[in-house]
Amino acid sequence: MSFMSKPTVRHPKLPVNDIGLTVRDYEGGMSTLCAGCGHDSVTGALVQAAFELSIPTHRFAKLSGIGCSSKTPAYFLRDSHGFNSTHGRMPSVATGANSANRDLYYIGVSGDGDSLSIGMGQFVHVIRRNVNMLYLIENNGVYGLTKGQFSAAADKGSKAKKGETNLQPPIDPCQTAITLGATFVARGFSGDKDQLVPLLKAGMKHRGFGLIDIISPCVTFNDHEGSTKSYAYTREHFNLAIAADFVPPAEEIKAEYEEGAAMPVELHDGSTIVLRKIDWDFDPTDRISALRNLQENAEAGEVTTGLLYIDESQPEMHEVDNTTKTPLVDLEFSQVCPGNDTLQKIQSRYR
Amino acid sequence: MSKPSVNEFTIKVANANGTGSASANGMLMKSLFRMGVPVMGKNYFPSNIQGLPTWYEIRASEKGHLARSGRIDLMVAMNAETYKHDLADVAPGGYLLYDSTWPRHSMLTRDDITIIGVPLSKMCNENFPNARIRVLMKNVAYVGVIAALLDVDLEVIKQLLSEAFAKKADLLEANQLAINMGYDYTKAHLDTPLPFSARTSDKTSDHIIIDGNTSAGLGCVYAGATVGAWYPITPSTSIMDGFKHFCELTRKDPETGENSFSIIQAEDELAAMGMILGASWAGARAFTPTSGPGISLMSEFLGYGYFTEIPAVIFNVQRCGPSTGMPTRTQQSDIMSCAFASHGDTRHVLLFPADPEECFYAARDAFDLADRLQTPVIVLSDLDIGMNDWMCTDLHWDDNYQPDRGKLLRAEDLEKIEEFHRYLDVDGDAITLRTVPGDHPKGAYFTRGSGHNMYGAYTEDAGEYLQVVDRLRRKWDTAKSYVPGPAMNCSENNNTGIISIGSCDHAVREAIDALGEEGLGINYMRIKAFPFNGQVQEFIDVHDKIYVVEQNRDAQLKSLLCLELNVHDEQLTEVLHYNGLPVTASFVVDAIHRDLAKGVAA
Repeated sequence: MSFMSKPTVRHPKLPVNDIGLTVRDYEGGMSTLCAGCGHDSVTGALVQAAFELSIPTHRFAKLSGIGCSSKTPAYFLRDSHGFNSTHGRMPSVATGANSANRDLYYIGVSGDGDSLSIGMGQFVHVIRRNVNMLYLIENNGVYGLTKGQFSAAADKGSKAKKGETNLQPPIDPCQTAITLGATFVARGFSGDKDQLVPLLKAGMKHRGFGLIDIISPCVTFNDHEGSTKSYAYTREHFNLAIAADFVPPAEEIKAEYEEGAAMPVELHDGSTIVLRKIDWDFDPTDRISALRNLQENAEAGEVTTGLLYIDESQPEMHEVDNTTKTPLVDLEFSQVCPGNDTLQKIQSRYR
Repeated sequence: MSKPSVNEFTIKVANANGTGSASANGMLMKSLFRMGVPVMGKNYFPSNIQGLPTWYEIRASEKGHLARSGRIDLMVAMNAETYKHDLADVAPGGYLLYDSTWPRHSMLTRDDITIIGVPLSKMCNENFPNARIRVLMKNVAYVGVIAALLDVDLEVIKQLLSEAFAKKADLLEANQLAINMGYDYTKAHLDTPLPFSARTSDKTSDHIIIDGNTSAGLGCVYAGATVGAWYPITPSTSIMDGFKHFCELTRKDPETGENSFSIIQAEDELAAMGMILGASWAGARAFTPTSGPGISLMSEFLGYGYFTEIPAVIFNVQRCGPSTGMPTRTQQSDIMSCAFASHGDTRHVLLFPADPEECFYAARDAFDLADRLQTPVIVLSDLDIGMNDWMCTDLHWDDNYQPDRGKLLRAEDLEKIEEFHRYLDVDGDAITLRTVPGDHPKGAYFTRGSGHNMYGAYTEDAGEYLQVVDRLRRKWDTAKSYVPGPAMNCSENNNTGIISIGSCDHAVREAIDALGEEGLGINYMRIKAFPFNGQVQEFIDVHDKIYVVEQNRDAQLKSLLCLELNVHDEQLTEVLHYNGLPVTASFVVDAIHRDLAKGVAA
């Protein structure tokens, strides 16, 4: 969405990753969002996560719907294909793209309006299919581009900028996703990059559908007193339940953890997520426990964050479908066209 | 049309849905086909699983007239609920066969037809042990009766039975018994054969009997489609059934069982369309089958695909609208909604196959056009083509065929060029270069349904916007040179013409034959694609009087011709059939007679 191009001057001493790229190589165009927008912090965290994973930039595909959050794929990974789709329809496009090429890293960026209202149907079904992708909801509880209407994520009793009170219960994307069988569910806060970057890395490396609901305050329409999605409210009610450290393959787990508090979960590519229990009641490998804790914490008005649920054992869409390992886009025509002899044999049944 | 004779007759079977009559009727039709007699089979079924009335119409025509004839020579009235209606449908001089196990109401009779009673239920009750098999075998038994009445070769029927029940000996025995029961009773108690009957001929070699959905699904396999996404909707569902069946037959690795295809049953048509755009964007050939209500939902993404220039293939097997309409009845009423589906200045390439044979090749053409033109292509079939059994010339595949992927650059192509811009017209045909994700950093671009300039960047600049949308309009002109031209059958002596489309074809050709016998020569052009190319304008230019025959209420094809071409007022006369049943030749002939009479009166 940029009218200005970002200068490409690089500091000669910028650190490079394992494939020789700097963090600047993972950036995109200049953001046109409001100054201080939470979404720009998420963009920054994405850039950092992709850089740290040393994934070639063109091996990502970034997709989005419509809304402020959905503009952000233009602001990171300029060497990746981007698909800014229609409102609420990113999941279907991502599903189709993934069906055609299973080997790319798919990042879907959506918002609470995009995913929980107009796109709720597609949101729940992309979860059911366990499409191998990282799905971000940049959640600010409000419609920004149309100037401040409540979204379906707005909490009951939350106040709009003009004073109106939201009377309807919110949809919690994390609880919804866990209920539907999502295999990686996390919640982050745009104001906490240290927490967010490892979650993003783990989500990118997770096999199957990974959801990160990121509370990302709207500085223009939902950052006031009385809002439950403001910076201040989120900081005050922030409850880190399960911290996650991402450890790449073949790297030793160096940090020292309290006895019983650390749970290493190995991802399919050999990397590891070390889950650290902050809330000792919370077992992120147990769906029932995760749901119960989320509900109880929500009742108590807390914003529960961290890696809330993970299950590395479930097959993703292509494994369920037993699709060929070669991405379908890379099959030769001769591999998919059966030829005239076969046609003649097939036809014998129609005589 | 003309009176029934040897190998020229129409049978209609009235039954209740869910009684298993479809296989019996199919067998009857196929036995005529195997005797070498050209046949048509049309199923008029309800949107229901069990109980509502259903009909099957079989026409035999040595002359190869395979539209509905518009007359019923032999009615097989197996459904008491529709008996009165079925009785009235028989052509004067025709026959009605009924189950004489139960008496008919004395009021329900006609003096001008012959009524034949055979105690089908009684025979079945005496010979078969349980209720379900009795119901099923009653259908087979009437096939035996018809075989006797029409001299259908019993050996052919027995061969079909042994193929169908090769692995079910008990069912084979029951079916054979039922055939014999009907046949023997008829031979013993009735005068056979009827004045019209079947005789072995040689008109069906190098032909198959297939429905258009199956052949379209097969065509997608041959065209190299690897991704199919869909939401089930009558009457399009069997396209994906066919695609899946043929994929499993030909695209499954014998050792690993891995599939070289991906089929996704979407949550709705919005998602199905999004999925195929995503798959196409990622470089696969992807398609979705649907019907009118699905097109309404897909309109959002159709506009997106048009504006962002993503190939996609959509099969719209049209049914009766508007709204839910009549899901199991046929129409050609989505021409307009498909041509301009979605908001804004949007227009789509359409293909109009006329029969299952053309559906097979239209699948290939649609993928080539979509890739070449980088835009969604909609194939407009209809329920009549898609779900009915049609006799078609054998399908052939040219093993030298290579898909036309258009201006698609892969990694090796990108290595060779300096820079890539997605929407820059580099060679003047208004079609731009395209890349797929994952290949090369140089190929990256941002696809957006919002305003974009020729370099793919976001814009709200008036001039930049115009550059893109004006190029899209020029691309539309380029499309005219790629889409198939119309099918023509013309003589210089005629100055009256018919323009028609899709499944009207057989009825129109038979009507032209009939009018020709009366001395009225008519030229014929069948539209095979939108946009219309120069030949369509030429045909209009050289005819004073043109009838436009189509199956919808609002003359959509005629309207589209008037919108897009130079047409004089009153040059085109509409002939519209839209009651949900396939059009008949006699309907076309009658409409033209009426119109000509009007001219004389004036």
